Amino acid sequence: MSIEVRELWKRFGDFTALRDVSLHVEPGELLALLGPSGSGKTTLLRLIAGLERPDSGTISFEGEDATERSVRERRVGFVFQHYALFRHMTVFENVAFGLRVRPHARRPSESQIQARVHELLDLVQLEGLARRMPTQLSGGQRQRVALARALAVQPRVLLLDEPFGALDARVRRELRRWLRKLHDELGITSLFVTHDQEEALELADRVVVVNEGRIEQVGAPDEVYRRPATPFVFGFLGEANWLSTTVDGRKARVGFRPDDLELSLTPLDGHAFPARVSRVQSLGGRAKLELMSANGGLVQADVPAERVRSLSLSPGAEVYAAPRELQVFFEDASAK
Amino acid sequence: MASPRNGVLPGFGLTLGFSILYLSLLVLIPLSALFYRTASLSLADFVAEVASPRALAAYQLSFGASLAAALTNAGFGLVLAWVLVRYRFPGRELVDAFVDLPFALPTAVAGITLTTLLAKNGWLGRILEPLGIHAAYTPLGVTLALTFIGLPFVVRSVQPVLEDLESEAEEAAASLGASRWQTFRRVLFPALWPALVTGAALAFARSLGEYGSVVFISGNMPLHTEIVPLLIVTKLEQYDYAGATAIATVMLVSSFVLLLAINALQAIGRKRLAGAGGAP
Amino acid sequence: MTSAVLRESAADPATPSVRAALQDPPWVRATLIALALGFVSLFLLLPLLAVFAQAFSGGLATYFAAITDPIALQAIRLTLIVAAISVPLNAVFGVSAAWAIARFDFRGKNLLITLIDLPFAVSPVISGLIFVLLFGAQGLLGPWLIEHGIKIIFAVPGILLATTFITFPFVARELIPLMQEQGSEEEEAAISLGASGWQMFRRVTLPNIRLGLLYGIVLLNARAMGEFGAVSVVSGHIRGKTNTIPLHVEILYNEYQSSAAFAVASLLALLALVTLVAKRVLEWQIRREKQS
Repeated sequence: MSIEVRELWKRFGDFTALRDVSLHVEPGELLALLGPSGSGKTTLLRLIAGLERPDSGTISFEGEDATERSVRERRVGFVFQHYALFRHMTVFENVAFGLRVRPHARRPSESQIQARVHELLDLVQLEGLARRMPTQLSGGQRQRVALARALAVQPRVLLLDEPFGALDARVRRELRRWLRKLHDELGITSLFVTHDQEEALELADRVVVVNEGRIEQVGAPDEVYRRPATPFVFGFLGEANWLSTTVDGRKARVGFRPDDLELSLTPLDGHAFPARVSRVQSLGGRAKLELMSANGGLVQADVPAERVRSLSLSPGAEVYAAPRELQVFFEDASAK
Repeated sequence: MASPRNGVLPGFGLTLGFSILYLSLLVLIPLSALFYRTASLSLADFVAEVASPRALAAYQLSFGASLAAALTNAGFGLVLAWVLVRYRFPGRELVDAFVDLPFALPTAVAGITLTTLLAKNGWLGRILEPLGIHAAYTPLGVTLALTFIGLPFVVRSVQPVLEDLESEAEEAAASLGASRWQTFRRVLFPALWPALVTGAALAFARSLGEYGSVVFISGNMPLHTEIVPLLIVTKLEQYDYAGATAIATVMLVSSFVLLLAINALQAIGRKRLAGAGGAP
Repeated sequence: MTSAVLRESAADPATPSVRAALQDPPWVRATLIALALGFVSLFLLLPLLAVFAQAFSGGLATYFAAITDPIALQAIRLTLIVAAISVPLNAVFGVSAAWAIARFDFRGKNLLITLIDLPFAVSPVISGLIFVLLFGAQGLLGPWLIEHGIKIIFAVPGILLATTFITFPFVARELIPLMQEQGSEEEEAAISLGASGWQMFRRVTLPNIRLGLLYGIVLLNARAMGEFGAVSVVSGHIRGKTNTIPLHVEILYNEYQSSAAFAVASLLALLALVTLVAKRVLEWQIRREKQS
């Protein structure tokens, strides 16, 4: 099911959470809302869910205006950041909840509910835990129960608010892959909110980069990483070095990534600049260096460790650094 | 009304409406009767009532005894809270539960019991009278009764603060050479005194208006052992509504002032907890 | 506002890290403990024992005669009726007010919260007085009531009103911090899954607050049954008709029927003990739930 968001504004008191946000979501895609804390991404998700009302703008599902509809009517599956499992119900009852509260006419029979709940618990690989209470589960397990619960009501859209935020790194990575597989299997249009760019780039079909209530860029992971529309996008999606310079008479900020730097003892091309090594840190197969450029600026470099050895780089050494890729942002350009 | 924070949860209108209706019928309208009645008094009459010798004697007794009781409870309550939080001894749980007795026991029961205990041939009176300490039907008796009433307030105010204190500050003091007493005086007590004062203020406020536990032991002789609440009741029974109302207004105003002071104290207490060494 | 939820009683091991350097010397400990226990014994234990000692001082027969006396039974009946009405009413109010305050922001919220604390700031006598001023023979509505033959003061309705007024904060004060602490996410989740308002309340909210609700009701009930000052003012002390148990105790005592007075008072003391136990049990359960 497609989603169309047009010119959405949302304020909380004096604070403007979303400014003139528009977005189109393709049916069946897995979309990431990526941005720092306070950027408005969770607000956008909650507006789409119907958990908040916009001050102005519209939200449409499959072409139909849903802005005035309550969250119940929108048939969205919402997975909360802290899961919001019903603490006094078993896992089974949690997942069955959406089915049990249906009006009599549409309520499935007890055996149907049993079948569906067990089907879902199988799907999220929690079969056998039906009788447990939420407090007896690990974080990752609770997350999956929350997901199963949201899926039980056959939502048209799945909305996940920082689904892996509260989990430790290893569990997070496992669940990421698992979620992608699940999405491919089910094909439901899904949006998830995250502040972790690695997660967004790894999981999503498209990434929406949000900052200070505005959408800075929408595109496939590769696109936002390699062809960032704004300095913010560039800086947020990976480590960045910055240079201020003039290009063709216009003032510009130039960004390049530490792992895009080629180091050599003589200048390789016209972009190479001289620098002095001030710090070397080896980490397994790679090495992180801090370089001081000629005008005193600090440049981070991330190169294969073997390169450092072959050039005998140590603090104090003089070296040339050439960026393989540059992102140029002109300062006189208006917001893209 | 401003929009509810949450546009999703139902029942705002229903619950707020019902609550306001309930409060209006039960609280606001009856209270307004009081102010209406007070307003109908001329200023001269009002002052005459409120500053009559009998009233002044009653204030002196009520405020004086309440203050004495609150101070007593401040001292012993602090000890009690300390002992309950920091030490282990058989029956500790029992004592802790028991501290709430004055909350749970009806005031009339407390009243007749304390009177019987302190009367000349009561269990305590038997010991005190020969020593020349007259408790029954005297201000002393009133103070003792109010001490009973106010006991839980200080303890329950100080306990949570004590429990939440982080031990690091104390350990730092010890490592720097402070004795236990110095540590208590310089490190612990500053953290505790807002809660202590709040508890004492609550006990004081409660004591001021206390009726049931005091009216039996206080002897109720006008100008000598008459507490303010009894004065109000007596005037009511004589259908002196004006007099009763006037004095009640004085009490109400002092209660409100106290309430404000207590709220301010609690705010100070909360800020302190958030600042140094308390729970984040 | 402190509540059972926020007030963690001292039942778990005292400040877990009271390490060796922080132990008070034994003599200090012994003295303070003795002081504390002495204070408690004198002011709490002694009176409690005295109630029962006096109650049975005339022998068992006198005791039972006193509590089965028809007028005493009437007083018991009236007390139970008053509790049976004011407790549920105030419980409903408490839940309602807690929902509005804990789940929504609105202008005047602080005023509402302060208003709820009102009976605690006011003398019970004044609580009774305001109803006399409103409904009494010389009160604002007095003439109108007399005209229509309705008796509120010096009759049961007055007692009901005064008791309800005195006890209305208890449940609200327990539930407001509890519901604020629990947060609204589960209820939002329920709504997002298609539950109606009542379904959400019944299946999610109520189970979550049941312990706090019970706790508030226990306190409410104890106060409702034991209230003296306010009820004394509005009741008129009409024996057999408008006396609750506390008032009956007062009458007996003033007539120098000491044993009988204490016999009836012992019922209230028993109620107090039951209340203390129930309170404790609930506090323990609430803490257990919070920890998991």
